[in-house]
Formats: sequence, structure tokens, C-alpha cells
Amino acid sequence: MSKRIDVKDLDIFYGNFQAVKGVSMSIEPRSVTAFIGPSGCGKSTFLRTLNRMHEVIPGARVEGEVLIDGQNLYGKDVDPVDVRRQVGMVFQRPNPFPTMSIKENVLAGVRLNSKRLSSKAGDELAEKALRGANLWNEVKDRLDKPGSGLSGGQQQRLCIARAIAIQPEVILMDEPCSALDPISTLAIEDLINDLKTDYTVVIVTHNMQQAARVSDKTGFFNLEATGKPGELVEYDTTQTIFNNPAKKATEDYISGRFG
Amino acid sequence: MSIQTDPHQGDIHHARLDDYSGVVPSPVRPTTGRPAQLLGLGALALAVVGWQIFDLHLGAALAGAFVLYLVAVYLVYRSLGGPRVAVDQLMRALVYFAFVCAVLPLISLLWTVLAEGAAKIVSPAFLTQTMNGVTGLHDQAYVEGTGPFIGGAYHAIIGTLIVTGLATLISVPIGMFTAIYLVEYGNKGRLARWIRFFVDVMTGIPSIVAGLFAFALFSQIFGIRDAKMGLAGAVALAVLMIPTVVRNSEEMLRIVPNELREAALALGVPKWRTVVKVVLPTAASGLASGITLAIARVIGETAPLLVAIGYARGLNWNAFENAMTTLAVYAYSMFTKPLSPAVREPSLERAWAAALMLVLIVVALNLLARLIAKMFAPKTGR
Ligand SMILES: Nc1ncnc2c1ncn2[C@@H]1O[C@H](COP(=O)(O)OP(=O)(O)O)[C@@H](O)[C@H]1O
Ligand SMILES: [Mg+2]
Repeated sequence: MSKRIDVKDLDIFYGNFQAVKGVSMSIEPRSVTAFIGPSGCGKSTFLRTLNRMHEVIPGARVEGEVLIDGQNLYGKDVDPVDVRRQVGMVFQRPNPFPTMSIKENVLAGVRLNSKRLSSKAGDELAEKALRGANLWNEVKDRLDKPGSGLSGGQQQRLCIARAIAIQPEVILMDEPCSALDPISTLAIEDLINDLKTDYTVVIVTHNMQQAARVSDKTGFFNLEATGKPGELVEYDTTQTIFNNPAKKATEDYISGRFG
Repeated sequence: MSIQTDPHQGDIHHARLDDYSGVVPSPVRPTTGRPAQLLGLGALALAVVGWQIFDLHLGAALAGAFVLYLVAVYLVYRSLGGPRVAVDQLMRALVYFAFVCAVLPLISLLWTVLAEGAAKIVSPAFLTQTMNGVTGLHDQAYVEGTGPFIGGAYHAIIGTLIVTGLATLISVPIGMFTAIYLVEYGNKGRLARWIRFFVDVMTGIPSIVAGLFAFALFSQIFGIRDAKMGLAGAVALAVLMIPTVVRNSEEMLRIVPNELREAALALGVPKWRTVVKVVLPTAASGLASGITLAIARVIGETAPLLVAIGYARGLNWNAFENAMTTLAVYAYSMFTKPLSPAVREPSLERAWAAALMLVLIVVALNLLARLIAKMFAPKTGR
């Protein structure tokens, strides 16, 4: 499991509007990478290009390459559906399927892909994924209750369980804690630390302490002016970014001196 | 920053507004709904007195009492709670009044249909017999008390179910697939815009035109003499139903949160599966009630069916041959062409009973839709 990601000269567009310009970076397997930056600078947009969710939006397109273990995601014969099975995603707002129970939610990725699953195998997979998302003990007695009855933090961990149930190589998270209280946030941060042993994790956060706490490497995105495309300003170990950034803009943003 | 130090700010609302260029909010004293209820009862009693004792017209008595009630409520609450409370209560009364105005016609309609139709709808003859062989002489005998009541709407009930059922079978798949295309695939594309435009145009087609269209179509295929059949009526109704189904379904699919689609897509679920397994189940309850509304809208159509199916006195199970009768057409023909022009009552009673039957079917459909909605409703609770 767990693969490396190489991005080469990626330009990202919404129709004619260029949202992100010229991003190149390498993400190591079994690491946590955080993206920080002011809102509107293209963090979510960039993240969504890593599993081809960007092109779900009408008119959205990408130029450049994203290689996962050397294979270009945007190659001609690559099916986006396959890409998304390898690269899972957790969204900003928890979004369990409202018509499904907790267990059905966890198994959704498998079931919706019409893979046959014996009920025993389903139980095992659900337990494994829920344990992996640190949720098992809280929900093991109510697996058949609706997922929408859980708290926000539990719902978000349910979404993480749903994402890891299809055994991806990479997990992307777009501000997974921004809708959560501090305690649930800590639970998710612990979980991210655990996930690192098996997966490559990429997380967008607007919370710099969070980036500092969970990530090995940090990328700082910024845009020169509104209407201009966002850019990857600096990308380095989290240590360096927070203690000894190379660029003035990064330092200003880190220290809160940001116009 | 500290609120306590400023003596002005003990009451935070007061303090803010006071500081704001001398605005002082009018004070409010707590009140209950009790005085309004008492006044309402008083006004009602007054209306009854005016109606019964002073011989006023009932409408005039009610209107007068309502105006008095408005004045009284305003004055009483002004003295009890202050001007803001008084205006609140006044508006409340006006809103209730508007509500009553809105439901009054409905209640009156239901009441009339029930009162006029209930007697005959329970008679076995109405539910089990057709009009085959029933003549004005039978009606005359019945009114004179020398014969039983015969002749019912059995064939019309069956006809309604067949024709509306066929129309639903035709229009639901077409309408749903159109809506799915519009919401999930077409977006703002050129084709989608054209489809929306034509659906709008279709919504405005007068029902008689739909009937003529179906008749013309079936005349082309089967020849003018054999064109009248249940299927032709179903096609006419489908023309009327499709735009309603498309519009209702489109609304329902549109309110499915995009996050759910993205969640499914991000799990590596292909788009069509996402639509079938996530979007449709999430919207199911709304889709069901939208379809029911569309059925209810056409089940009472009369003119297009007269044109496309004609009128039959007897039972016809075959939708592909010969005339049929539906309840609406039955009621219409009983009303306009009573069996015996001299004694109209039995025919009128049949018409009312058929109308009541129609209302009951619509009510049953609505209940069914609610049931379906409940079954599919997103699960909540812990
Ligand atoms: N669906 C969309 N259609 C068009 N433009 C978009 C869309 N989503 C985001 N954008 C634009 O792309 C830029 C980057 O947005 P986003 O990636 O959401 O920023 P961030 O996540 O860093 O706050 C913004 O200028 C935003 O207006
Ligand atoms: Mg974002």
C-alpha cells in the first residue's frame, strides 16, 4: 500500500479562470503532508486534482502531470474511477449517506461498486475500517442505526472509515476538522498520526497549529493578488516551514502578519 | 470592553439602542394568549347573536365581529403589553384570517361532495353495476318507488384505474429519465436548455389539445373509426403528465446535496451508479409525492378523454379496443345527459357519487405517497 506522489508543473483551471499555477512537488509514501495558506488560494482545488475529483465540476480541467508511483493519473488510458479507488478523499463537511446505516456507510464504497460481499466478510471489513478510524468502540452497538445520528466528529470519522474501507493508497483530507469541536479535532489528529503507518496522507488545513502538530512536510500556498492564480510558495519539512522559512511571505503568514 | 463598569449597560439591548442616536425601544410587558382567546370567543358569540337574533346575514355578522375583534385585540393588548405586542397580536389575527380564507373553499368543496355523494356511493348497485341496459324508465320507476336503484359506475372506476395507470406507466419513465438527464448530465448545456424550454411549453398545453392530438395520432395509425380506445386516452393524459413529472422530479433531484454525489464519486463509484444508488434513493420520497401530484392532476381530466376514448355504457377491460369510461367523464355525462330528462335526480346522484369516488381515489393516492415517502425518508435519530 501507500505510494509516492510526484506533481509536475500542474496548472488548474475552472473554464477560462486559472485557479492554480505551476505546482511541482513530491510527496513521500507513509507521510503526512499539510497544505496551508489563505482561503481562496487554491488548496482545495489542488487537492482535488490528486484524485481527479476536480474534473467533476463542469468546465474544470488540468494541465501537467500527477504521477502516483510513476504512473500519470492524467494519462490517456487512465479511468478516473480507478484513480478514485486508489486515492480516497475526506471532505470538509462530514457527508455520510443519509439513507444508509452506519455499517452500510462504511461498506458503501464496496457495495456501490457492486462487489459481492458475504455478510461475514462485510462485518469483518466494517469492523476493521471502523477500528482503523478509531470509531469502533463508540458505534459497535448501533451499527444498524443511521449514520446521521452521530455527532459531527463521529460522522467525520465515519467518513474516514468509509474512505479506508476501499483500501486506498493515498488519503486526501480537505479541512477535515473545520466543522468540528476541539475534542473531536484532537481525535481526528490522533487518527491522522495512526493512518500514516499505512497510507500517504495529504491534508488541507487553515489551522497552522494543526499543520505543525500532524504533518511531516508542509506546503504554503499563496496568491499574489485576488484574481491571480494561486501558487505553491514554499514546500519543505514542517520544522523548516515553521521555524526557519526561506520566503518572506511564508514567514509573514506563519507569524500572523498577513495583510 | 467590560460591560459591568458602564451603568447604562445593565440591560444590554437598552444600552446599545440608547447610544444609537437616541432610539429608545418601546418597553414590552409579558402577556399570554388568553385574552385573545376570550376576545375571540366573545366575537364569535356576538356574530351568532347578530345572525340569530338580529337577523343579519351570516357573512355580514362574521365580518362585523371580525372587525370588532381586531379593534378589541389591538386595544386590549396595547394596554396590557404595549404597542409592539398589540401589533403582533393584530398581525396574528390577520394571518389566521388569511389561513381560514385559504382553506374555506377546500372544506366547503369536500363537504358538498361528501354530502351529495355519500348516499349513493355506499349502495352496492353503484359500486358493482355498469350502465348497460339502464334507461330512463328504470330511473322513473325508482323515483316513484316501484323499482330498485340500478346502474352504477363500476365500469368507470375500472376505466379510471386502467387509463390513469397506463398514462402513469408512459409518463413516469419518460419524465424521470428526462429529469435525471437535466440534473445529472445536461447541466446548463444547450440541449438541456432546449428541453427545459419545451417542457415549459408542454406545461401550457390546454388539455383539450392533448386529447385532439391523441385522437389525431391514433386516427393515423388505426383509422378514424377505430381510433377511440383506452390507450389513446392514456397518451393524451401522458402528454399532460410528462411536464409535471419532469418539473417535480427535477426539483427533487436538485435538492439532493452535491456533497453526497461527491462522496460517492470519491469512493470510486461510477457516475451512473452514483445516480442510481445514491441520488435516487435520497430523493425517493420527493419523487414519489411528485408523481402522485402529477397523477392527481390528470385523474379528473374530462374533455381530452371524451375526445380520445369516447363514452361507453358498459365495462371494457381492453385498453386497445373500443370506448371506455372514466369517473370524470361518467360524472360529466350523467350531469349533462341524465337518463331521463324528466327525473334527473338519480343521474345527478350518480354524478355526485362519481365525484366523491374521484376525491377518495386522490386522497388514497396522497396517503400512498406519504407511505412511500416514509419508507424512503432519510434515516434520522440515534
Ligand atoms: N467550482 C468552482 N468554479 C469556479 N471557480 C472555483 C470553484 N471552486 C473554487 N473556485 C475558485 O478557485 C480558487 C481557489 O479556490 P479553493 O481551491 O476553494 O481555495 P481554498 O481551498 O484554498 O480556500 C478561488 O478563486 C475560487 O473562487
Ligand atoms: Mg478550501
